[in-house]
Amino acid sequence: MASRPATVDEAAPIRTVGLSKVYRSGRETIHAVDGLDLEIGRGEFFGLLGPNGAGKSTTIGMLTTTVVPTSGGAFIEGIDVARHPAAAKRLLGVVSQTNTLDRQLTVWENLYYHGRFFGVSRDEARRRSDELLAQFALSERAAAMIFELSGGLAQRLMIARALVHRPEILFLDEPTSGIDPQTRINLWGILRDLHAAGQTILLTTHYMEEADALCERIAILDHGKMLALGSPRELKADYGAETVIAVTVDGDGRPLAAEAEQIENVRRVEADGSSVRVFANPADGVLVALIERAGAVGLSVRDASSLPPSLETVFLSLTGREYRE
Amino acid sequence: MSAATVPVAGRRQIVLQLETFGAMLARDLRVLRRQFGQFLLRTIMQPLLFVFVFAYVFPKIGQGFHGGATVSFTTILVPGLIAVSINFQGIQSVAIPLVQEFSVSKEIEDRVLAPVPVWSVALEKIVAGAIQAVIAALVVFPIVDLVHARGAAPVIHVQDWPLFVFALVFSSLLAASGGLLVGTMIEPRKITLLFSVIVLPITFLGCVYYPWATLSPIPWLKYLVLLNPLVYMTEALRASLTPQLPHMPFWAYSLALVGGSAGLGLIALRTFHRRVVT
Repeated sequence: MASRPATVDEAAPIRTVGLSKVYRSGRETIHAVDGLDLEIGRGEFFGLLGPNGAGKSTTIGMLTTTVVPTSGGAFIEGIDVARHPAAAKRLLGVVSQTNTLDRQLTVWENLYYHGRFFGVSRDEARRRSDELLAQFALSERAAAMIFELSGGLAQRLMIARALVHRPEILFLDEPTSGIDPQTRINLWGILRDLHAAGQTILLTTHYMEEADALCERIAILDHGKMLALGSPRELKADYGAETVIAVTVDGDGRPLAAEAEQIENVRRVEADGSSVRVFANPADGVLVALIERAGAVGLSVRDASSLPPSLETVFLSLTGREYRE
Repeated sequence: MSAATVPVAGRRQIVLQLETFGAMLARDLRVLRRQFGQFLLRTIMQPLLFVFVFAYVFPKIGQGFHGGATVSFTTILVPGLIAVSINFQGIQSVAIPLVQEFSVSKEIEDRVLAPVPVWSVALEKIVAGAIQAVIAALVVFPIVDLVHARGAAPVIHVQDWPLFVFALVFSSLLAASGGLLVGTMIEPRKITLLFSVIVLPITFLGCVYYPWATLSPIPWLKYLVLLNPLVYMTEALRASLTPQLPHMPFWAYSLALVGGSAGLGLIALRTFHRRVVT
């Protein structure tokens, strides 16, 4: 596949080899993760994208020691996670789906004690706690108890907490599910800054635009298997994501639609009254051609817009459209 | 499978893990300090009411029990009350927060990501619970010493300090191990059953109000209560605080306290592991 490294890096921050998890309950056997091979490089912002139940969280669980693989291996900085979980945990920062902040402690204490758990000295833990609260704009809430925090603030604190001990890898398991758009955008900014500072990040999400906006490489997962791997650009190019060009003309759009089907690279055309939607890949020159053809059939273009290709089309073409719980 | 890096080994690893263990303990003690008023209140109420009714009200109104005939009932009661405090606090201080952390707050998910083996996270909970149980035991002394009717003062002195410390520490570890086991097994909606089904029967059938030996007239009960861990706590404390009263031989209660702590503790560590690692 597109951008998989040619050689195996034994000490890559994250590496999985034939990683599998099978759950058995009664007669039912569920292959939650099925032979996953992954390698994530230093400083990379990597996304695991997939519908609910695709195996994203199970994969994170196996990489972070809370799920024991049925077969295959997960390696963090070359350390076999199943064999040396305590050593592997020292290298990880994990932001889980749910709010797991310590309700008995203040905001500041959550950071301080987390640092202490990871062997950070008292002075350094104090300094880091202050520094991270400032960085995440939480200094004013330092003495607050956790139940006083809004969902967005709690989310930010969870990320700050995961960073106290300067982990090699930051894991984020669906960090933006169920939070409001402002908070999400704010969070994206934080994650981009961390990435720019060289942090290796593994993010799981089922929001395609999130993976597209943040990740350098994405693995699309479904039914525990990797369906595609590459940069968002590569995925869109490889899996035929189309640009949607919409034009509105001053009359019946159908003659133009018939013409449009002749244009090179146009895959599909829809006409509805005076508007025509053209799906093209690649889309270079299609809009110009469309305006010319409109003139040729005696129509003039009143309005035109172009929607860049999205991962959504890639995602849906790979995982299908059926509804998931 | 390809060769894997071997992490820092041996002594360095142990030092790092002890540091983490110490930090988790420090966190629990921080929380205890913050809620110390609450802790004292729930620790004091039971022994205070006990001694008020049995050591003050009963002698005043001319009622009383005489288990050992020659000593006052308050003297019989003291080791029992200390054991009840230990048992109650040991179970409660571990089980209740744990049930919450497993279900409601999910805090446990973060704690098991601390860089130590999972059993170490569970062991720390036992140690923290045992510390609270010891404090609860020590709180009972001033209460029983102060609250009683004239002439009903308990006769207690520690005859054998090592034995007292042994009884105190292992009773606390046993109770906290039980608390961990209960906390990992009970469902949150059944938490109210903890008291009616576990704590109450243990308390009432724990030889709190009478030495175990005096149960001889009811043989079936005498041997049935041997299943109750509280019996060994009271008997061990009786041996160290009121040796003038009948009590079990050392081998019996020490075996039960040490073996019970180790056995229950190991089972609890395993159920804990099973809950957090799938």
